[in-house]
Amino acid sequence: MDLRFSDAEPTPDERVAVDAVLGPPASSWLGATDRTAADTRTAHTGRRVRDRRDELLPAFDAVQSAVGWISEGALMYICRHLSVPPAEAYGVATFYALLSVTEQPPRVLHVCDDVGCRGFGANELIADLEQWVGPEDEPVDGAMWLRSPCLGQCDRAPACYAQLAGTDDTTLVRAGVDDATAVLAGADVPPESVAIPQQGDDGLRLLRRVGVVDPTDLDAYRADGGYTALRRAVELGPEGVLRELTDANLRGRGGAAFPASVKWKAVANAPRRPKYLICNADESEPGTFKDRVLMEGDPFAIIESMTIAGFAIGAEQAYFYIRGEYPLATTRMRHAIDQARRRGFLGTDVMGTGFAFDIELRRGQGAYICGEETALMNSIEGYRGEPRNKPPFPTVAGLFGQPTVINNVETLINVLAIVRDGGQAFAAIGTTDSTGTRLFCLSGAVVRPGVYEVDSGTTLRELIILAGGDVDAITAVLLGGAAGAFVTADQLDLPLSFEDAREAGLGLGSGVVMVFGPDADVADAARRIARFFRDESCGQCVPCRVGTVRVEEALDRYLSNGHDDGDRTLIDEIDRVMKDASICGLGHTAGTAIRSALDKGLLGDPT
Amino acid sequence: MSDTTLRTVTVQLDGTDIEVAEGTTLLDACRSQDIDTPTLCYSDVLHPVNACRVCVVEVEGSRPLVPACSRAAEDGMVVATDTERVRHSRKMVLEFLASSVDLSYAAEEVHGWMDRYQVDSGRYGPPAPPDGDRDERKAHAGHHGAVDGFTAETVAQPAKIDNALYMRDYSRCITCYKCVEACGEDAQNTFALTVAGRGFDAGVSTEYDFALGDSACVFCGNCISVCPTGAIMFRSEYELREAGLWDEDRQEVTRTVCSFCGVGCNLDLHVQDNRIVKVTSPQDHDVTRGHLCIKGRFGYDYVQQLPDPMTTPIDEVLAAARRST
Ligand SMILES: Cc1cc2nc3c(=O)[nH]c(=O)nc-3n(C[C@H](O)[C@H](O)[C@H](O)COP(=O)(O)O)c2cc1C
Ligand code: SF4
Ligand code: SF4
Ligand code: SF4
Ligand code: FES
Ligand code: FES
Repeated sequence: MDLRFSDAEPTPDERVAVDAVLGPPASSWLGATDRTAADTRTAHTGRRVRDRRDELLPAFDAVQSAVGWISEGALMYICRHLSVPPAEAYGVATFYALLSVTEQPPRVLHVCDDVGCRGFGANELIADLEQWVGPEDEPVDGAMWLRSPCLGQCDRAPACYAQLAGTDDTTLVRAGVDDATAVLAGADVPPESVAIPQQGDDGLRLLRRVGVVDPTDLDAYRADGGYTALRRAVELGPEGVLRELTDANLRGRGGAAFPASVKWKAVANAPRRPKYLICNADESEPGTFKDRVLMEGDPFAIIESMTIAGFAIGAEQAYFYIRGEYPLATTRMRHAIDQARRRGFLGTDVMGTGFAFDIELRRGQGAYICGEETALMNSIEGYRGEPRNKPPFPTVAGLFGQPTVINNVETLINVLAIVRDGGQAFAAIGTTDSTGTRLFCLSGAVVRPGVYEVDSGTTLRELIILAGGDVDAITAVLLGGAAGAFVTADQLDLPLSFEDAREAGLGLGSGVVMVFGPDADVADAARRIARFFRDESCGQCVPCRVGTVRVEEALDRYLSNGHDDGDRTLIDEIDRVMKDASICGLGHTAGTAIRSALDKGLLGDPT
Repeated sequence: MSDTTLRTVTVQLDGTDIEVAEGTTLLDACRSQDIDTPTLCYSDVLHPVNACRVCVVEVEGSRPLVPACSRAAEDGMVVATDTERVRHSRKMVLEFLASSVDLSYAAEEVHGWMDRYQVDSGRYGPPAPPDGDRDERKAHAGHHGAVDGFTAETVAQPAKIDNALYMRDYSRCITCYKCVEACGEDAQNTFALTVAGRGFDAGVSTEYDFALGDSACVFCGNCISVCPTGAIMFRSEYELREAGLWDEDRQEVTRTVCSFCGVGCNLDLHVQDNRIVKVTSPQDHDVTRGHLCIKGRFGYDYVQQLPDPMTTPIDEVLAAARRST
C-alpha cells in the first residue's frame, strides 16, 4: 500500500483531540512533528498500525466534537496515525450525517421533523427558526440548524439535538423557539432526564428501576438486587445459562424477533476465538425510544446483562454501539461502565470469578443503517456502514470476522430475570411464542405518551387506552416504525405478539405504536417516510439506492396528481424489487409503510 | 491436489440436476449450462461486491432472491433463473439504472439484457435537471432537496477532466465499486478512490474531491479497464468520441508484449487510423489479469510519430489524428 498524504497540517486543537484518542504518534512516519534520528532508520507502518483501523471513527468523533468539522489537515493527521488511505477515510467520514467534511459552525441544532414530531410542533418550530434565525443550513453567528430524522424523543415532541463543538452536546424536548435560539446562542441547557408514565408501578419488570433507583450509583443498583443475576449465572455455568435462555424462548427486541438462544448457542459452540458480544443501542427507527429509557434509567442492568451474555458465549470483549444523538444516555452508560470497571464488575477478573470481560462504548455518527447488524460491525471496524451480504451470518463471521452475538438493549436486559427466576418462569409470561413482557413506544395522539411495559399478547386497543388514547377517534396507527406498517381502527384488537402480528402480515418491529388522531395528515407522514428511507439508504445496492428515490417521486406524483392508479402500481412494482433483491432489511422494508397506507385507502382512493 | 478441491455438490438448476465443484458460484453453474445471466458489478478478476443485484436468482427456501455472482452452490439447492420474480427484479434494476445513469457507452450485452427484460426507463418521467453540485451532496449525508415527482432524478453531472491521460464522467457511473476495488485491494493497492456520501448521493471520489494528480493515483489505468459503462476513459478515446471520430469498426486490436520491463505483460493496442487510441490487457492473461501499470497503459507514444499528448494541446492531437485519416 502506498499512502499519499497532502501537506495539510492539523491545527493544534485538532492535534490535541486526535492524540487524546489515539495517543501521540509514535514517530514522524505517523504524524509526529519532530523527526528523530530513529525515524530515519525504521518505519512504523504496516500491519501493526493498520490493525488499529477500528479507531478511525472514534478519532473522527474526537475532532468533530472538539472543533465542529473534519478539515483536510485533521483527516490527513488521523490517516498518517492509523495508516489509512485518505480516500477511504473520506469515504467513511462522508457516510455519517454527524460528521462534516466541510466547515461548519460550532453549534448545530438538529431539529426533528420526522413523523412523530411534525404533527406535534415541529413544523411551527421550524417556521419560527426560519423567521428568527434564518434558513436551514445557513451559518449565523457560529450556529445553524438542520432538519433531522427522528431523534428518539417522540414522547416529548418536538425534539432537537444540539451538536456543540468544544462542549457537551444536549437535547431539547418539547422544544420551543426560545430554547432553540438560546442553545444556538451558546446557552448551557442540560438534557432533561427520563420519565415514564408507569413509573413505580408494581408489575414492572424491565422498567422497575427507571426513575426509582439512582442510575449513576452502583451501590444503589446493588442494594436493589443488582448483580444477583450474575452471581446466579456463575453458579449455573455457561451451559446452565444457555439452558435457561432456551427455556425462556426469548425473541430479539431489535426488530427481527429472532430467538436469542439460537445465536448464543451458535457462538458458544463455535471453535474459533476470540468471540465478541455487541449490544445494539443504535436505536434510530423512527418512533423508537425504549432503549434510550433503559440506558438513561437503568444502565447498570444493561452492563450486568452483557456480562452474563459474555460469560455464556465465551466472549471477553464486548462493544456497546450507541446512537450518536443520545448525549444523556451516552454519559450515563460511560459513567456506569467506568464505575463497574473500577469496582471489579468489569475487567480481568469479574467479581473474583476469574472470568475476564470488558465493554467498550462506541458512538454512532448519524446513520440509521448502522443499526443493521453487519453495517454496525463495519462501522465499528472503521469502514463505511454498508451492510454485508449474508451468509455468512455474524455468529459465524461477525465483528473482525469472528463469531459474534449481537443483541438489542431490551433483548439483553431480559436476561437478568431469565437467569434469576429461571427460563420457565419467564416463558409463563406473555404468549407461547412471544414470552415475557415487552416495551412499546407510545407517541402521537395519546394523552400520556412514553414507554410502556406490558405482557406480550396485550392488544393494541388495551395499550392505546393505557396511554390515554381515544380509540374511537383513530385514523391510523404506525406499528413497528417507518419500517413497519400503518394499521387502521378495525385492527385494534390485534394481540401484540410475534405470532399474531405475523399472521396479520405485520411485524412489531422495535415496538413503535404511533397513533394518528382524526386531524392527522397521513399523506404528509407517508411522504416523510419516503424521504427518510431515501436519506438513510447506504447506497450500496441498486434496488434500494434508486428504488427509494423512485418511491418518493411516485408518491409525490400520486398525491399531487389526482391519485393515478398507474403510480400506485408502480410503487407496488418498486416495493417488490426492493423486497426481493435488496441486500438488507432497510431495502426490504422501505416500501412497506407506504404500501400499507395506499392499501388501506389512507392516501385517498386511486382513480 | 487436496481432497477438498475434488468434492462436488449437486444443485438443481432450472429443473436439471447438475454437479459442480464445491465452492462454485451459482453464476458459474449457470454459465456451465449456457444460461446467460446478466452481471454488472461482477468481474472475473475482482472480489464480488454483489451490489448491483442484476444477477439475482430464486433459491428455494430463501425469502429474498440471491445474487448468483457471489452465492456458492450448496448441495441440494434448488435454483430457478427465469421465474417471474427474477425477471421482475432484473428488469427493475436495469430500469432504475437506465433511468438515472447514461448507459450509452455500456457494452452491447447490457443493451441486450435491457431488451430481453423489456426495460422502459421512460416510465419514471423525463430526466430531472441536475440538483445542485453532486460533489457537494456527497459531502452531506442524510439530506436531499425537495422532490419533483414529474421528473426522474439522475446522476447527471459535469465530466471531470483534470489530467492528460484519462477522464471521468460520473453521469455514466452505476456505482458498481469496480474501479474502487481495482485501485485498492484487488489489484493496484493504491487506494486513490473511494465511494463517498450515502444513498443516491453516493459516488466515486478521491479525498475531498481532489484532482487525480493531487490524489494517490499513479495512473495505472486499471480503473478504466474495469469500468463497465465508459465512465472512466482514455483522453484519446474521449476526445475522439466528442469529435465524432471514434469508430470501432475502423479499429484494429494488436496483441503485443510490453517492452518496458521484464514482467511480460500482454498489451492489446487499439489502433484507429494508424494511431494507438487505447491500451488494454487481456483479462485472462496469467500475469496481468487485465491490469497494467502507467508505462504499459499510457507509455505508447514513442511507437508513433505523433505529437506527445502529454504536452501537446489536444487540438493539435486531434488535428494530427484527422490528418492521418
Ligand atoms: C435498517 C435496519 C436498522 C436496524 N436498527 C436497529 C437498531 O437501531 N437497534 C437494534 O437493536 N436493531 C436494529 N436492527 C436489527 C439488527 O439488524 C439486529 O437484527 C438486531 O440488533 C439483533 O438483535 P435482537 O436479536 O436482540 O433483536 C436494524 C435492522 C435494520 C435492517
Ligand atoms: S438495501 Fe439499502 S441500505 Fe441495505 S445494503 Fe442495499 S442500499 Fe444499503
Ligand atoms: S489510474 Fe490506477 S491508481 Fe489511478 S485511480 Fe485508476 S486504478 Fe487507481
Ligand atoms: S466509475 Fe465505472 S467502475 Fe467505477 S463505480 Fe462507476 S461504473 Fe463502476
Ligand atoms: S423525536 Fe421526532 S419523531 Fe421521534
Ligand atoms: S453482478 Fe451479482 S450483484 Fe452485481
